[in-house]
Amino acid sequence: MARAFTPKVITANDLLEGDVIYFTADDSWTRDIEQAELITDEAVAPLRLLDAEKQNIRIVGAYLADAKAGPNGPEPTHFREDFRRTGPSNYFHGKQEAEANV
Amino acid sequence: MYKYNEFDEAFLAERNAQFRAQVERRIDGSLTEDEFKPLRLMNGVYLQLHAYMLRVAVPYGTLNSAQMRTLALLAEKWDKGYGHFTTRQNIQYNWPKLRDIPDMLDALGEAGLHAIQTSGNTIRNTTADHFAGAAADELTDPRPYAELIRQWSTDHPEFQFLGRKFKIAITGSSNDRAVIMAHDVGLQVVEQDGKTGFRVVVGGGLGRTPMIGQVLREFLPQADLLPYLESVLTVYNVLGRRDNKYKARIKITVSENGIDTYRAMTEEAFMAIRGQYDGTDQQQLEEIKTHFQAPEFRSGSTETFDTAYANDPVFRAWADTNLAEHRKGDHAIVTISIKAHGATPGDATAEQMRVMADLGEQYAYNELRISHQQNVILPHVHKNDLPAIHATLKANGLATANIGLISDIIACPGMDYCALATARSIPVAQEIASRFDDLKMEHDIGHLQIKISGCINACGHHHVAHIGILGLDRAGVENYQITLGGDATETAAIGTRTGPGFAYDEIVPAVERIVEVYMAQREGPEETFLETYRRIGMEPFKAALYPEAQKKVA
Ligand code: HEM
Ligand code: SF4
Repeated sequence: MARAFTPKVITANDLLEGDVIYFTADDSWTRDIEQAELITDEAVAPLRLLDAEKQNIRIVGAYLADAKAGPNGPEPTHFREDFRRTGPSNYFHGKQEAEANV
Repeated sequence: MYKYNEFDEAFLAERNAQFRAQVERRIDGSLTEDEFKPLRLMNGVYLQLHAYMLRVAVPYGTLNSAQMRTLALLAEKWDKGYGHFTTRQNIQYNWPKLRDIPDMLDALGEAGLHAIQTSGNTIRNTTADHFAGAAADELTDPRPYAELIRQWSTDHPEFQFLGRKFKIAITGSSNDRAVIMAHDVGLQVVEQDGKTGFRVVVGGGLGRTPMIGQVLREFLPQADLLPYLESVLTVYNVLGRRDNKYKARIKITVSENGIDTYRAMTEEAFMAIRGQYDGTDQQQLEEIKTHFQAPEFRSGSTETFDTAYANDPVFRAWADTNLAEHRKGDHAIVTISIKAHGATPGDATAEQMRVMADLGEQYAYNELRISHQQNVILPHVHKNDLPAIHATLKANGLATANIGLISDIIACPGMDYCALATARSIPVAQEIASRFDDLKMEHDIGHLQIKISGCINACGHHHVAHIGILGLDRAGVENYQITLGGDATETAAIGTRTGPGFAYDEIVPAVERIVEVYMAQREGPEETFLETYRRIGMEPFKAALYPEAQKKVA
């Protein structure tokens, strides 16, 4: 039996910086998953992924990642996406560091 | 040490210029990622979880102080102030920006370093015994052969698109410190009837289907090295599977066809190829050898050392664990631990790299080594200089006395950096090291190797660890499988799984229970963990790890 569809966000890495980015509802990219578009319709997901991949010049390796609706926007459901959202756990580097500097 | 000639320098400069243009074309959109990816991989550039990663080769683990300073410069100028030394005698930078990488490669090139063939389906950096040229138990320095292999394999037109990556390791000692039994090809320098040659092992490898290599040739004369290797690779290129990436390594080719068939085909190819080698490779080898002359060793009494050893217990503890026997009695080999308790195994800061470079220059005839165990080595040190070296190391957080002990853990980057990971490795290593440091048990436990990988690719060598840990994803949470009894030396063995895996917060207590069994069962402090395991088998460890299952059986 096919598994039920779970909501997704589209994520990729930025071409120049290499860091994690997310696709927004207005076809741009954000570094904050909470600003991402949460896709809840299974039929829409592959179409949105195609939209994202059109921006190949700026991004690398777009894919659909599981997410859920949180109070401030989409949140990851798997620990891998959670690490991608924050940064490594041995140093305060990556997104967690970048956000602290805002 | 091998010095680049004008040809090598021009080659590197041209190669870097080529890559710079490719990066520009990717950025302006004239190359797609699909077109660019194989090009960046040919130059050691990966894209990982949070950033790009640049993997730089340290050929056969040998570098001089200027090169170490260049590695420090890269860490400081284009990264976040540190680099990660790996099990393949490479250093990885975890945070470069795409635009900066050509500058990084140029800086490396000026120091005689590069990132060529540090990724992709080609012959990777040939690794060697990290004590090469220094060890008391060595027959011959294997590095000239490793350099010959490097010159032959770099940009070799036939071997740029193999079925899969290809790893060669070489040792000049019968004590295997280069893990030759777990490489695609393992070479051991041996002597027969007064002639130098090689014992050739093939088909070892870790990863998804771990295997110990088998002997292809007991004795290969020195002059036949390149034609024979060429034959081994030609057969692999023909026979090796390309239908399935997971079955493409030579270990599968050898095991599916049998070692006898592989040998017969190699010998046949060898007959055909041998004549094309007209001896220039041997001239080349003689030239290379002149760069690996031993330094002019100082001599003199070792009184300063003896006094410090007798009077300073901290120095003595460090000397007992971190020194190895040098071929010259008044010298020693120093292993600098970059595994301080609780730190990331294999990481060194730019400042630490400079300290080690200075020590290399001042005391070690300008030579340093990177070990596959993720430590740094000063291969030749007069014993009288050891107290001064120790004091400098101590002042810079580099004097951890734990080589070969439970906290000298090999850990791959795991889910903290690696895009292929299924769980984290680094924090597990950090917690194990801190825990046993708190218990003040590690010197009592003695020689024990823990190795951790964050996925089945086994970059952390967990299969050949005394205690191996493999991180997995079980229904969206981190889970860790344990293997026992692996061995990375000349008596190589693949470890055996204990049973079901452990959750993240259970893994350190599980390791503790394993160690408790060993401490209770060993016949004395001389019996190592591995010896005890081989004597008593898996059952007592299982009983301690899975008491519930035991109860059910009862
Ligand atoms: C973070 C970037 C890395 C990536 C993407 C990566 C990728 C891989 C892959 C795909 C394999 C499996 C090869 C196969 O079985 O065909 C592998 C194996 C291996 N890698 Fe890595 N690796 C990385 C980092 C490292 C590091 C940091 C080390 C050393 C600490 C390392 C050393 C090795 C070794 C020793 C093996 C197993 C040897 C064998 O395949 O026989 N790699 N790696
Ligand atoms: S073992 Fe897996 S997780 Fe670890 S570095 Fe290798 S590929 Fe990455």
